[in-house]
Amino acid sequence: MTETIRYEVDADGIALLTIDLPDASMNVFNAQLIKDLDTCVDKVLADDAVKGAVITSGKPAFIAGADLNMLGAQAGSKQTPEQAFESAFGLNKLFRKLETGDKNRKILAKEGTKPFAAAVNGLALGGGFELVLACHYRVIADDPKMQLGFPEVQVGLLPGAGGTQRLPRIVGIQAAAGAVTTGKPYNAQIALGLGIANELAPAADVVDRAKAWVKKTSSAIAPWDKKGFKYPGGAGAMHPASVQTFVGANAMAQKQTQHNYPAVQAILSCFFEGGVVDFDTAIRIESKYFMKLLADPVAGNMIRSLFINKQAVEKGSLRPAGIERKKVKRLGMLGAGLMGAGVAYVSAKVGMDVVLLDRDAASAEKGKDYSRNLVKKGVERGKVSKEKGDALLERITTTSDYADLKDCDLIIEAVFEAEDIKKSVTEATEAVIGKDIVFASNTSTLPITGLAKNFTRPHQFIGIHFFSPVDKMPLVEIIMGEKTDDATLALALDYVSQIKKTPIVVNDSRGFYTSRCFGTYVQEGYSMVQEGVKPALIENAGKMAGMPVGPLAVGDEVALDLSYKVGMATRKALGDKYVVSPADGFVEKMVVDLERFGRKNGKGNYVYPTDGGRKYLWPGLGDHFPVADDQPTLDEVKTRFMVRQAVEAARCFEEGVLIDASSGDIGAIFGWGFAPFTGGPFSFIDTMGVAEFVAEADRLAQAYGARFTPPQMLRDMAEKGECFYAKGDTRGRIAKAA
Amino acid sequence: MTEAYIFDAVRTPRGKGRKDGSLHEITPIQLATQQLEAIRDRTGIDTSFVDDVALGCVAPVGEQGSDIARVAAINAGYAETTAGFQVNRFCASGLEAVNIAAAKVMTGEADMAIGGGVESMSRVPMGSDGGAWPMDPSVAFHSYFVPQGISADLIATIYGHSRDDVDAYAVESQRRAKASWDANRFSKSIVPVKDVIGMNVLDHDEFMRPETSMQSLGALKPSFVDMGNFGFDNVAIQKYPEIEKINHVHHAGNSSGIVDGAAAVLVGSKEMGEKFGLTPRARIRSMASVGSEPTIMLTGPSFAAEKALKRAGMSKSDIDVWELNEAFASVVLRFMEALDIDHSDINVNGGAIAMGHPLGATGAMILGTVLDELERSGKSTALATLCIGAGMGTATIIERV
Repeated sequence: MTETIRYEVDADGIALLTIDLPDASMNVFNAQLIKDLDTCVDKVLADDAVKGAVITSGKPAFIAGADLNMLGAQAGSKQTPEQAFESAFGLNKLFRKLETGDKNRKILAKEGTKPFAAAVNGLALGGGFELVLACHYRVIADDPKMQLGFPEVQVGLLPGAGGTQRLPRIVGIQAAAGAVTTGKPYNAQIALGLGIANELAPAADVVDRAKAWVKKTSSAIAPWDKKGFKYPGGAGAMHPASVQTFVGANAMAQKQTQHNYPAVQAILSCFFEGGVVDFDTAIRIESKYFMKLLADPVAGNMIRSLFINKQAVEKGSLRPAGIERKKVKRLGMLGAGLMGAGVAYVSAKVGMDVVLLDRDAASAEKGKDYSRNLVKKGVERGKVSKEKGDALLERITTTSDYADLKDCDLIIEAVFEAEDIKKSVTEATEAVIGKDIVFASNTSTLPITGLAKNFTRPHQFIGIHFFSPVDKMPLVEIIMGEKTDDATLALALDYVSQIKKTPIVVNDSRGFYTSRCFGTYVQEGYSMVQEGVKPALIENAGKMAGMPVGPLAVGDEVALDLSYKVGMATRKALGDKYVVSPADGFVEKMVVDLERFGRKNGKGNYVYPTDGGRKYLWPGLGDHFPVADDQPTLDEVKTRFMVRQAVEAARCFEEGVLIDASSGDIGAIFGWGFAPFTGGPFSFIDTMGVAEFVAEADRLAQAYGARFTPPQMLRDMAEKGECFYAKGDTRGRIAKAA
Repeated sequence: MTEAYIFDAVRTPRGKGRKDGSLHEITPIQLATQQLEAIRDRTGIDTSFVDDVALGCVAPVGEQGSDIARVAAINAGYAETTAGFQVNRFCASGLEAVNIAAAKVMTGEADMAIGGGVESMSRVPMGSDGGAWPMDPSVAFHSYFVPQGISADLIATIYGHSRDDVDAYAVESQRRAKASWDANRFSKSIVPVKDVIGMNVLDHDEFMRPETSMQSLGALKPSFVDMGNFGFDNVAIQKYPEIEKINHVHHAGNSSGIVDGAAAVLVGSKEMGEKFGLTPRARIRSMASVGSEPTIMLTGPSFAAEKALKRAGMSKSDIDVWELNEAFASVVLRFMEALDIDHSDINVNGGAIAMGHPLGATGAMILGTVLDELERSGKSTALATLCIGAGMGTATIIERV
């Protein structure tokens, strides 16, 4: 009957609303669906022949949430508070109409309204889950893959169509807070246990079961519209359990968000403030907090980088056009160290055969042990069946014989980072593999163009840079050598897609994009120690800026001696062009004089107690790098970390290492953990304002050194009033060709 | 401006703030009523000249709700013209109530007024009144709320008070309190609490543990570790990012005790004293309240003391005896460091670590205690102060006349 909803009334007078967006694989709440649902609800309510309604989906999933492109476009837009409220309250109003029949409170309490039941055949997230909760009765498909949840917080928003009000009124505030502030979905069994589902049924039967309920139900009313409704577990400021919940949740949320993610506080505020008022007032409060978040740059930046652009690159937006998609069936993995072992695992996991080669059989087997351990853990935790796990392991063949690589259709090299070793391994491999097989290097430090010289087909040589641990880190940085061709890039992207990782494509440069920029974070921390900034302030400021760990802690993980070696190699390679950093002196003293290498030798910036106690900052730092009397403010330290990284990212952009702003943002967040709430360094610069950023970077350069000097490109952009993401442009500014 | 004089000061003994505490069976309104009765009966004043009664109460809900001060005045049989109001400045409520009473006399609003306080912590538990500060997410986030125990440990961390430092302070508080009781130093102020048949239910501070030693305290686990791990340590560090971790040193043995009690102080003009033949015991020299950083919360007393000294035109050396509520040991240690005060000049008769801290009443109690001490020792000036929730301090300077 409408564009997005089929409307059929059966012989019992039950309307079946089947949501089925045209030309889409998933139902999402967009403007059309909202309009159509409004029309259908009105029709159900107005038609005396219709007794009640069942809402279901014509697709495998119920509704996957709101159209984030639509929300992304709204984010940060300038509206008056009245306009903002009107637009935010629309869906709340519609769901409330469905729930109450638009009757006033007294009449509703007396006579109820026409029953609406949800027949949830597949996952219902965000606005989809909110629609389910607004229905009087909920039949959920008993499918192990069922997900019911509110992922909004992961893009800086909150469920703004009654989700923050109906869920706690069903499951209690504490349980609801856990779900809504993390975005973690419920499965069908838990939904039944918590009373979210009234019944579970096979997916094929959900509509019939929902209809059966409507048939026997003359009128319905939500529990919170009944007189004397009480929150499970209590609510508000006077209930002791609720007080404990909020006092605890407030602390925990501040610990987890470091005050960087306003959505978490807004969600808790909706629970708190909505918990002491009637439902109609509560959803108005919710809509106001929703709009507050949508107007905050955090939501817009998170939606763009963490969702829209991440999905775009995963769906192949970086892939050159006109090249046939290929599937890697047999991967040749050179080197069974930590990285090689991880790559073998993630590849075998998606069904690829893997030849795992190392200098002797024992080393190769040791690399396979990595997969054996992960499979064992997975089986123990019930995440993977024994059969699937065994099959995965069977796909990994270990060897020390290069001849075994001959049938591979992609080679990835992850041997020791030394030019001579790389050379001999590359040559030995090329001798046995097919004449059109692509060779990829997982180097993180050596320029690809240089390594390509070891291969007679440099156009088929490429960098595929993984992050450790490979099975956990989502990003893969693909590096184009000077001569790498499009077909090679396409194959690399096809492979990354096969292993379900998020790719970015960059051009060749020392440290490429991610390692180069990430290094500036650690080095800035080292510079500060050298200057006499208190180490605890450095670490806390890093975390409070939104980085996952402090620079000194991460420096220990990377290992100071490795930083020292890479630094020496870079110095040698660049000669006169090498720019000395204040961090160099710190690293040299720690490694050469003090033999503090990091976690690996149990002593670095931190002390690692042998009794398993928690690590703590090495008190000796203060002896060797005396703490200054004047300490910088927290904001100054945070700003240094953020601006330093962003300046380096902007240089990569100017130099053509990056191809566009969105790759830079995605690579930063998923590669080295750049503060996700900012949306990445380019979103960060935009949010600050390019001109303001340039001024701040200039100030820092004056105070701390030329490493902060912004590239000319930023000055030009500031001059012209340009930014990285023009209104409506999600991919962002395109860099000049390298 | 009229001078305000203290004519009398009384307090209940402090009962353990638990079910097995001697005052658990006594209602808070009774605790307050008996103090007002004592003031009247000891001084022989005509209560129609008492213009107002201010009582501090930190959890003014349930049976402590509905303006307990006015109701206590009615209940004590005061003239119906005596008004009453409840004051909440958290832990300094009792002192603030005295300050307000004094201010009313000074400005001529009142000829006589009573300031005091009441808290039955065994019957109306701490925190019963809720509040936006810890609970409302928008407020808790904005203010970096942490519970006081975390703040006390934060002070110890920042100023380097070790577990031994705070425990040693607590042992000394117990020793002084015992010595003072043994020497009958509190007898002037103590009004035993009676039950409905007129029987004394408590005539001494029953919370004390005079056998406390470094060894016995050493066996106690720090109280705020779990709370800190839950997230509050992190919140405190976000406010004080130069700290790597919080050193949790406080426990039940070096923090103030949870007790029941009430106190009252009669303040009036010189003329009122003459009218009723009362000798002024002390003059209120100055009063001050101040806000300070709310997350560390408990460093306000030194700022309040400095402000009160400045307003009185006095300097630190003009104060003979100091009294600072022993909310937590680190609070007193920090105060002594900040103002360079010798331990022998402060809390000379022990404090709340030994005898307990009935929240709304303590301020009025310690003012009476320090006045008794001035008279006993023949000294002249004293400053009483308390640390306060949400980062405040209140101080009062008195001088014998």
